[in-house]
Amino acid sequence: MALQRSDVEKIAHLARLGLNEGELPRITDALNSILGLVDQMQAVDTSGIEPLAHPLEASQRLRPDQVTESNQRDAYQAIAPSTENGLYLVPKVIE
Amino acid sequence: MQWEVVIGLEIHTQLATQSKIFSGSATTFGSEPNTQASLIDLGMPGVLPVLNQEAVRMACMFGLAIEAEIGPRNVFARKNYFYPDLPKGYQISQMDLPIVGKGHLDIALEDGTIKRVGITRAHLEEDAGKSLHEDFNGASGIDLNRAGTPLLEIVSEPDMRSAKEAVAYVKAIHALVRYLGICDGNMAEGSLRCDCNVSIRPKGQVEFGTRCEIKNVNSFRFIERAINSEIQRQIELIEDGGRVIQETRLYDPNKDETRSMRSKEEANDYRYFPDPDLLPVVIESSLLESIRASLPELPPQKVERFQSQYGLSAYDANVLAASREQADYFEAVVRIGGDAKLAANWVMVELGSLLNKLGVEIDQAPVSAEQLGGMLLRIRDNTISGKIAKTVFEAMAAGEGDADSIIDSKGLKQVTDSGAIETMLDEMLAANAEQVEQYRAADEAKRGKMFGFFVGQAMKASKGKANPGQVNQLLKAKLEG
Amino acid sequence: MHQLTLAEIARGLADKSFSSEELTQSLLGRIKQLDPQLNSFISVTEERALDQARAADARRAAGETGPLLGAPIAHKDLFCTQGVRTSCGSKMLDNFTAPYDATVVSKLADAGMVTLGKTNMDEFAMGSANESSHYGPVKNPWNLEHVPGGSSGGSAAAVAARLLPVATGTDTGGSIRQPAALTNLTGLKPTYGRVSRWGMIAYASSLDQGGPMARTAEDCALLLQGMAGFDTKDSTCIDEPVPDYSANLNAPLQGLRIGLPKEYFGAGLDSRIADLVHASVKELEQLGAVVKQISLPNMQHAIPAYYVIAPAEASSNLSRFDGVRFGYRCEDPKDLTDLYKRSRGEGFGVEVQRRIMVGAYALSAGYYDAYYLQAQKIRRLIKNDFMAAFEDVDLILGPTTPNPAWKLGAKSNDPVSAYLEDVYTITANLAGLPGLSMPAGFVDGLPVGVQLLAPYFQEGRLLNVAHRYQQVTDWHTRAPTGF
Repeated sequence: MALQRSDVEKIAHLARLGLNEGELPRITDALNSILGLVDQMQAVDTSGIEPLAHPLEASQRLRPDQVTESNQRDAYQAIAPSTENGLYLVPKVIE
Repeated sequence: MQWEVVIGLEIHTQLATQSKIFSGSATTFGSEPNTQASLIDLGMPGVLPVLNQEAVRMACMFGLAIEAEIGPRNVFARKNYFYPDLPKGYQISQMDLPIVGKGHLDIALEDGTIKRVGITRAHLEEDAGKSLHEDFNGASGIDLNRAGTPLLEIVSEPDMRSAKEAVAYVKAIHALVRYLGICDGNMAEGSLRCDCNVSIRPKGQVEFGTRCEIKNVNSFRFIERAINSEIQRQIELIEDGGRVIQETRLYDPNKDETRSMRSKEEANDYRYFPDPDLLPVVIESSLLESIRASLPELPPQKVERFQSQYGLSAYDANVLAASREQADYFEAVVRIGGDAKLAANWVMVELGSLLNKLGVEIDQAPVSAEQLGGMLLRIRDNTISGKIAKTVFEAMAAGEGDADSIIDSKGLKQVTDSGAIETMLDEMLAANAEQVEQYRAADEAKRGKMFGFFVGQAMKASKGKANPGQVNQLLKAKLEG
Repeated sequence: MHQLTLAEIARGLADKSFSSEELTQSLLGRIKQLDPQLNSFISVTEERALDQARAADARRAAGETGPLLGAPIAHKDLFCTQGVRTSCGSKMLDNFTAPYDATVVSKLADAGMVTLGKTNMDEFAMGSANESSHYGPVKNPWNLEHVPGGSSGGSAAAVAARLLPVATGTDTGGSIRQPAALTNLTGLKPTYGRVSRWGMIAYASSLDQGGPMARTAEDCALLLQGMAGFDTKDSTCIDEPVPDYSANLNAPLQGLRIGLPKEYFGAGLDSRIADLVHASVKELEQLGAVVKQISLPNMQHAIPAYYVIAPAEASSNLSRFDGVRFGYRCEDPKDLTDLYKRSRGEGFGVEVQRRIMVGAYALSAGYYDAYYLQAQKIRRLIKNDFMAAFEDVDLILGPTTPNPAWKLGAKSNDPVSAYLEDVYTITANLAGLPGLSMPAGFVDGLPVGVQLLAPYFQEGRLLNVAHRYQQVTDWHTRAPTGF
């Protein structure tokens, strides 16, 4: 089932990507050709197969509960687009 | 129409670890903005999470305490959405395979019954930062100190049927996590926060009604009020011919009403998938056994022990074991004062109402367990009567010292000298000659009632200090005689 | 001096034929002179390099030794390098000065390596041609009208053009091996978890792996030695001892069982490449190897599965680029959504946006099972194929790519045709296996690579076979004209 323009708009919103109106047809075509490639997968019989999320199938290593970090706010905020009084600034958040 | 209320709760408890769940940043509350936000907490490019073992241990403790199955292999997943307090654009949480599975918790209701509330699951996740809404020229400020604080989200079954039950359940969870030492329970600082799912249905209907979720309610009082106002809103809405829409709402304590949350209006598609930066967490049974062995005595065991060891009723045992501090206080009183039932009564009734009046918790009680126990000793050895004890208790609460010194200084010692009591009784009976006549003329049934009058007069005459048992006995003899 | 391999440089520095500072000066001059044709560097860190070179010379004067001490390197521009722009080839990170070092960067710096700069790459490592970089395409030194492959195309072109002996790369679906093949290099993608990913800006976390790119297997061994190892900062890093990769380079190949998967030699493979691969097999047989036909029946499903898993992980990994804490932020956002949409819409290039959307779609409600979960199941089938094959053979051999380097722009409007170029490399990432590409000849003057795949943690075996092959062939010694 091919994606329509409205599907692409929905996905772009979900991914917070601002697309130009003009680009939409081209992007829709490209996504449809990629999904066409991907859809070949649907023919594979995978019944009874466990999904593999990680190649090595190891288990998570745990860290001791220790504070190892110190305040680096100035260094980290030196590369921030907009800060004030140690806070990151964003357009008003409405709850 | 008779409505039935259905409530399920999601409680977020901040685990009392030193460092964050996936980074080595401190979790101290109230630090300067962004001074506890490391590369990992900020979601810098290239950083990776490493799981804190203490968060896992604490989640296991909780699971064992609610008799749940602990997922031998649990998996972290990413919950994807954009929000400024969520630095990576996803929250690391657990979806399909949570660390704690189905369990339950028993709560004591006000009518003395015990209710079992089902717990669907509890999972580990990271807390978000905070958006500060003071105006920065039309902007919001983001503080990520809280981002990455470990949370255990405890999801209940929709088992509660009133706001009071919901509060009793939250209190029980609050008590339990503090018993376990896995959360400081400080609701004002957001250490324990509650999302309430509320719906109503006509009594007798099996299907659930459409529910609304009230987000982030952070005190026992507000939980009760928020739920009640939401119930009221839903009832009015439906009775006016409207329909409840499934949505997220916010409780405004000033207006005592809930309102729809604009930011959560659009249907979210969180695109959960296993976090590829984290491997499955395997919990060995040996680890679980060592955690089990280290668990403190928990409310259910304590309740049982209070009944068998002290002969308390199930209800009293539940109330006393509701918090670790209260249970410890009670047992300290028993150790000194000796009589468990008497101790239970004093802790629950007099101390309870005193704390209520002062609006403080038991760890700030103005009367210590030692003081209260000492006073009980004086009741038991007949130095004071139960009634006088209330005066002594009030004086202790006012900071006037311990029971013995108050009894001394106020001269509250009970009169037990039979001769003195008889003299007092003779004087009293002489002053009430008419009533004595009537008493003697009355039949057995009426006498019972009239006897109380003489006791009252006698206690009044002795300013309450005469030993009530002796008064009874001597009075009876004199009137009959 | 630029013709020297890392091993030769190590000897030259050890016997004091030249100093690190002299070498560094010389290579910096060469980069300045030649890189404008190639565009293989995004940043050249001249001052830093000279400081590091002098420090390395001082350490050596103080008696320290080591094959990497004072030797030059460049890092693919997705390894965070403290105080240096780390752009990922993206406008999104054009202004991003990394506040910390990747583990790979700090390990190699501690070993005394001198960082000449950061190399060009496909934006966020998404591409097979190095044409999606915000900093412009990289040219293949073997023919400047052709692509060098990607996504580690800058590292490949720089090493192939003798601007320096070795560079780091990363490989998510072939991004070390494919450009190595297309530029006549030896490139190794280690076992997943062999090299720490801390500080390596993620494309697809369960597939990404850093590794060495060099002109010889011997140099790859030296560099991998410095990169590999356990790191407590990466939960997916494996705590396995790191063997001495140089020690067994000369081990005999007598009795080595090599499997040729029939699926690697089917339709789509340039027959001239097939011939060169078969010729390389003959050489290995001469060295004592035994060749067997094998089958990897699920190989054909690898590309579809990969183009679900990698974009799905990427769509989530790249959500942190939101214009709030670092990186590109649009002008005058009118509200929060506008901030996100324009910062991301303007900061990411076309291919990155495409993959983010494919990934978001594959994970979205109603499609997760059909796409993501199905892809993960196929991933297991592919791993199972390899496990079965390695019951019978020690190594698997085939072409690295179906075609030699294509012309710049030839596939840029057709993402799917570019994706198909990864057909032979992608399976190793899905299964987490180590893979190596080595030079095996030329077609139309363009290099051709042969790929070797081995069981988990058998990097040493791959390097051993490639080294022995390079002792009896000279493909790897050939240099592009003009470099």
